[in-house]
Amino acid sequence: MIDKKVLEEHTLTLEEYEKIVLLIGREPNITELGIFSLMWSEHCSYKSSKIHLKKLPVRGKNVIQGPGENAGIIDIGDGLAAVFKIESHNHPSFIEPYQGAATGVGGILRDIFTMGARPIALLDSLRFGPLSKPKNKVIMEGVVSGIAGYGNSIGVPTVGGDIYFNNCYSLNPLVNVFALGIVQRDKIFYAKAEGIGNPVLYVGSKTGRDGIHGATMASAEFDQDLEKKRPNVQVGDPFKEKLLLEACLEVMTQDLITGIQDMGAAGLTCSTTEMAAKSRSGIEINLDLVPQREEGMTPYEMMLSESQERMLIVAKKDKVKEVQQIFSKWDLDAVIIGHVTEGGKLRVKFGGKIVVDLPVDAIINLCPVYKRESKTPLYLKSETLLRPLPLPTNYNQTLFKLLSSATIAEKEWVYRQYDHMVQVNTAFFPGADASLLRIKNKKKALALALDGNSLYSYLDPKTGGKIAVAEACRNLACAGARPVGVTNCLNFGNPEKPEIMWQFEEVVEGIAQACKTFDIPVTGGNVSFYNETEGVSIYPTPVLGVVGIVDDASKMMRPGFNEEGNPVILLGENKEELGASEYLKCIFNMEKGLPPQIDLKEERRIHEFCLEVISLGLVESAHDVSEGGLAVCLAECSFLGEQKIGFNLNLQDEMCRDALLFGETQSRIVVSSNTKKLQRLLDLAKKRKIRATVLGKTGGDRIIISHLKKKIIDIPVHKAYKAWREAIPEIFRMK
Amino acid sequence: MKFGVVIFPGSNCDYDTFYVLKDILKQKTTFLWHKEHDLKNVDCVILPGGFSYGDYLRSGSIAAFSPLMLEVKEFALNGGLVLGICNGFQVLLELGLLPGAMLMNKNLKFLCQFVHIKIENDKTPFTHKGKKGEILKIPIAHFDGNYFAPAETIKELKNNSQIVFRYSDANGQISEEANVNGSMENIAGLINREGNVMGMMPHPERASETLLGSEDGRIIFESIINKLD
Repeated sequence: MIDKKVLEEHTLTLEEYEKIVLLIGREPNITELGIFSLMWSEHCSYKSSKIHLKKLPVRGKNVIQGPGENAGIIDIGDGLAAVFKIESHNHPSFIEPYQGAATGVGGILRDIFTMGARPIALLDSLRFGPLSKPKNKVIMEGVVSGIAGYGNSIGVPTVGGDIYFNNCYSLNPLVNVFALGIVQRDKIFYAKAEGIGNPVLYVGSKTGRDGIHGATMASAEFDQDLEKKRPNVQVGDPFKEKLLLEACLEVMTQDLITGIQDMGAAGLTCSTTEMAAKSRSGIEINLDLVPQREEGMTPYEMMLSESQERMLIVAKKDKVKEVQQIFSKWDLDAVIIGHVTEGGKLRVKFGGKIVVDLPVDAIINLCPVYKRESKTPLYLKSETLLRPLPLPTNYNQTLFKLLSSATIAEKEWVYRQYDHMVQVNTAFFPGADASLLRIKNKKKALALALDGNSLYSYLDPKTGGKIAVAEACRNLACAGARPVGVTNCLNFGNPEKPEIMWQFEEVVEGIAQACKTFDIPVTGGNVSFYNETEGVSIYPTPVLGVVGIVDDASKMMRPGFNEEGNPVILLGENKEELGASEYLKCIFNMEKGLPPQIDLKEERRIHEFCLEVISLGLVESAHDVSEGGLAVCLAECSFLGEQKIGFNLNLQDEMCRDALLFGETQSRIVVSSNTKKLQRLLDLAKKRKIRATVLGKTGGDRIIISHLKKKIIDIPVHKAYKAWREAIPEIFRMK
Repeated sequence: MKFGVVIFPGSNCDYDTFYVLKDILKQKTTFLWHKEHDLKNVDCVILPGGFSYGDYLRSGSIAAFSPLMLEVKEFALNGGLVLGICNGFQVLLELGLLPGAMLMNKNLKFLCQFVHIKIENDKTPFTHKGKKGEILKIPIAHFDGNYFAPAETIKELKNNSQIVFRYSDANGQISEEANVNGSMENIAGLINREGNVMGMMPHPERASETLLGSEDGRIIFESIINKLD
């Protein structure tokens, strides 16, 4: 029987091993064990999450491809489709921040262009521990450099994203990368292995020993032996990937291939088996023919290697030469290493012998699916918020403190390192509510937003899941975009712990409810479990990427005040909800209470109203209220305009001042209009039963907020702007 | 007349430049592949931005040895118009068609942002549609944009009016603060002695549509078009 230690190294349980023996009718050899180890790992098989992900709505009239392929595809009209997905590269980024993040970018980009789409945008959602700890600074610097180094070099703009800081991420940073490309609807390519006898080509970089067991590393917690894991991190070459991208897209302009799949996690193993499984066919390859950059590689090493920048192509029998010519033009290897067979088997030859002979079905479709035990965690009882809290003695100081806190402060230090303009499509630069890309020679534009507040998800996972979707859609609404599709990256701790499984189930339920209410299909995504080190788990961190369309690009809306003397209007209702807020965390060092409530139907009505007033030209700016509450939102409206215009507003709500200014109540948008159009806006709001309150006017060079006519905030714009702008650069300034 | 946009392995702004010239400015434009020896009778060669050859060794160094570059060098020596943008500027430096070198930005990080540049010489084929002293809002995106040349070279550049653009603030002040990458003399763009080869670090193709933030880059392309007409 199998050695217990070997099983452990391959992160397979004894039961899973016994099932393998049953399925293949014998014991697997070491290479075959390696294959099962990868494909049955959490990262590749989704065995702990599959059951729950079924709750997510995946249908929609514009869905061309839902979950299950390299990326999701939504029809966006004009004969075009948007291909997009989000993926995590968390564990490698802790071990080797630069390469972990870089290869995360490389991996997701391949998922896009393997379907025939030229990637036109990247966004990244990052989570780090507090920057007061030097190690977290090092990780953040490495990750940002890695994303910049790869994305800039390959020529895909990084146009947005978000960064949050929290203690739970110190030993478990998160790097979630979203990518999107555009393809002609009738020129989409899939990961199929069709046509018995069709040649299987290996294209791209040579295979080496990097990243072996990368997928299994991502499926286990970290412990003390981290240094040993360094070779598990893949090393990326963006130049090679650029060549690969151009060569693949060129091949795809002609009718030369029947299927293509990138070699990402689990490299050759994953690509061969997934392609064969899709087409219910088989594949036979000869490892002697695989281009290698190291000597003496074993079949085990070659099948498990996660060397980057490689693709697997099934070409039409009579078109191989043309395919090879194109790859040769771009100075890339394109080698026939096998062919498509019938019989549903993966057969691998090495040195004249068959070293792997497995039914593809067993590898892909018969991995056990688990309904793991879930249990309501005890911590929820201790996190109730005790009121009343002492009110600030100086609201100006409080606002300064919030504006300069890492999560809220301006992130220009980060996004200045990203080329966010290449491909000349970027209409909104990073920093706005959503990213906006025009589509060349077309009237419409694409809007993208990434969101996911993990503190909300920790304190009330279902609400956290709902708000993640709602906030992304709210960001799109502020830009003038209606949402059309969703991808999600679900980052959690160890699913074998019932409390973590409970968090996961609840978050998925929340996301499902929100997507159903907003009528947007989930086209795919990623689950990252085991984000836990030395027993400390991350907060549940759902990251939602929502894609939207602005039907008329000329009507897109920006968040900043753009003129003096414009009325400022709050859409939505203020409530007394300080739970789970940045204010509590920043000022009282508390992470307690319940996150703000959310009424999904009401949220949707606010979005629709916002879109309506934007399309009717009744507003000059729109910005949603989120972390930091109303006061921070208003200050940002000033900072995000070109001229940094101040404002003088009065809030009439009879409620506690701290909650009014800094509470994070949902479904609120601040718009500015102009004096001529204000009445029409207010009349329409009344008609649509949307609460719209005029707060005051823009103008001057001070930020002035009064409550019941008493001035409580009065600071020069330039001082507040400086605090917001300089917080992050100050932390990274070389002394 | 025709524009030719060179494609090296790793060029990224080739399509962007092609799009601006062809779709926006309605000019005859063609791509020129680095492995070939044919300049296809173009009137102006553009070396676009990007990371040719991954910026390995030194930015632009390997590209300078491409077969097509022999033709481009001859074309330039015979008075043909050549514009190098960003990585393209770096290639021109490596080819020896322009003097000096690019070092890493002074803050040791990649910089992508809008900057202001001042036209210092409006008598070139690339700037004659503008005015000396005019400020243009054009973005940069580079890691190695810190221009360096020995003192005697700088002196020559000044004497021969070879400095075409300088980084400035919005009001035209040539300040240290406006010089985000640390270039000597705030140099953002240079021309050769003969006046037919220009290199600039900012990306005019990214400032050719108001929708994307600025139209100021058009002046450079329109100057070339006007010159050729």
